[in-house]
Amino acid sequence: MKKLITGIAIAMLILHQDFWLWDNTNLVFGFMPVGLFYHACFSIAVAILAVFAIKFAWPNELVDWATTKDEGTDVQSKMKDNQYNIR
Amino acid sequence: MIVLVVILIYLALLLGLGLFSGKQSRGTSKDYFVASHSIGPFLLLMSVFGTTMTAFALVGSTGKAFERGIGVYGLMASISGLVHVICFFAIGIRLWSYGMKHGFVTQIQFFRSRFESNGIGYLLFPILVGLVIPYLLIGVIGAGKTILPVTAGAFPDLFPHAVWNGGIPPWLSGLGICLIVLAYVFAGGSRGAAWANTFQTIVFMIMGVVAFTLIVKALGGAEQASKVPITVNEKGLLVQNYGIVEQKDGSSKVERLATPLIRGKIRNADPSLAGYQPHLGRKVLEMDYKAKAPVTGELVDKSRELGVPPWMFLTYLFIPLSVGMFPHLFQHWLTARSANTFKLTLIAHPICILVVWVPCVLIGAWATGLIPPGVPPAAVLSKMMAELVDNQVLTGLLTAGVLAAIMSSLDSQFLCLGTMFTNDIVLHKVGQDRFTDKQTIWIARGFIMVIVALTYVLSLWAANKNVFDLAIWCFSGFAMLTPLVFAALYWKRVTTAGAYASIIVGTLAWLVFFILAGGSEYTVGPGIMPVTFCVLASTVALIAVSLATKPPSEETLNKFFGR
Repeated sequence: MKKLITGIAIAMLILHQDFWLWDNTNLVFGFMPVGLFYHACFSIAVAILAVFAIKFAWPNELVDWATTKDEGTDVQSKMKDNQYNIR
Repeated sequence: MIVLVVILIYLALLLGLGLFSGKQSRGTSKDYFVASHSIGPFLLLMSVFGTTMTAFALVGSTGKAFERGIGVYGLMASISGLVHVICFFAIGIRLWSYGMKHGFVTQIQFFRSRFESNGIGYLLFPILVGLVIPYLLIGVIGAGKTILPVTAGAFPDLFPHAVWNGGIPPWLSGLGICLIVLAYVFAGGSRGAAWANTFQTIVFMIMGVVAFTLIVKALGGAEQASKVPITVNEKGLLVQNYGIVEQKDGSSKVERLATPLIRGKIRNADPSLAGYQPHLGRKVLEMDYKAKAPVTGELVDKSRELGVPPWMFLTYLFIPLSVGMFPHLFQHWLTARSANTFKLTLIAHPICILVVWVPCVLIGAWATGLIPPGVPPAAVLSKMMAELVDNQVLTGLLTAGVLAAIMSSLDSQFLCLGTMFTNDIVLHKVGQDRFTDKQTIWIARGFIMVIVALTYVLSLWAANKNVFDLAIWCFSGFAMLTPLVFAALYWKRVTTAGAYASIIVGTLAWLVFFILAGGSEYTVGPGIMPVTFCVLASTVALIAVSLATKPPSEETLNKFFGR
């Protein structure tokens, strides 16, 4: 599923190049230039892609790893190791 | 004068909110710098969206659409939605995991650890500060250009001006904006900035929609508005068929003119262009026109490219990569409360872009049919508001919305630079026990004051720069650094030397193009954006030098990839 989401994201990068609408000034709904309408729909499609990415490609393993406490090492000492000086 | 009063009330409210949030502070440096890691999903969305959409979004997008037409949305907005989401997903969540696991707060801490080098912090810090400053300038310059036209007539004796007589001059509005942002960042720290960001982002989104609705109404409805943009006639002349006509009762109305106004000429026009509205499409045309010189008021010959060259449209996709290296976003990613905090931003960010940009781009395209082509792009939104929305209170509120967009970007950037300077330069050098908690906060505040003062002085010097073009240079610089963070997160073989090479080569490439362009719009050949070459140069240097040098230690690889 992660590969499919990646594939869709790449396809969207290609679909962004809407050369077929370059000179077209036709209006959608009587006021919206078709070139602008296409890209407004594109923005909505990106939001839908994000929903699918969260549902099917969320990096649960990474989140589990990050939230698992290492034995014998507390957060303060880790912060100190990284010169994290904010107290 | 009423407009000015409304703006002042808004600024006072904002200041009050910032000072109030300061009272909620726990008084520790941790609270001042990262709000004790308490930023949740909604505050994160508002903060990310508010800071990435500055004067560039409202004032710049309208101005650029006025110059090039509706192609500006695809050029910057829809591609930003996609690339930003990819970066939030591919970079943001992974960085959050390292922040959570290893306690990183700033991007310099992360890079120092990942590349086993203190020096990389000292190399990156001035470059990051140097790139953030143009972004801050966009805000201060944009604020000045927005306030001047809408306050015209308020103080004719005090502030004489050739075009907008009596308007608040940019040097004064810029100073006011800098001081207010400084005050609430000073008092409230990151909590104050997050609250102010949320408040301001809501204000500018609502006011953007309100401005659009009122302008549509003044134009006689959306369908009527679409007939207004400048049109090519059968002789290849650019004509305005509509105009803002003053009525007997003193109000103004958009009407079809009996004699169209000739505003310019298409170079090498062919008969097939008759009736074409260049700003509703993306066909590339060259326009010659006359504009008033700002000082003398004399008419001078000018030319402008209309539409969007396909190569420019393609290579603009590198520019939104900049989100991968913006210091304030990096800090948000490293310090978010949990991974789930990102989910709302991932989904809502492209929709927020749509809500703000589509109306602004339409207003910019429609404005071509009503105002002369010589009007500075940054003044287009204000001029449309002032001439079409005949209500001082609403004009004041709409201006407050623009200022909200501007200030919501400034605060996070100021604070982030203060955080980096204090932690990555001062305390890193002298040791964390050298100063008390209060002294640490004051070091950050001192550096923020220096940056604010520097930004203000530079804004006076660069007052006539196009805010959109400045933003593109700033974004190009951060985009040039993004291959570094991708490699740091996904490529085990990337080395310290490779990282240095990438930063140095990318920065040099950026500097060469910036100097060649003089900070203005610049393309190579058929419209290729310089960012393309900067990203390629930094990537090639990163890969080539990494492969030629010793791989990182097992300890570092285990720290970052040992899952």
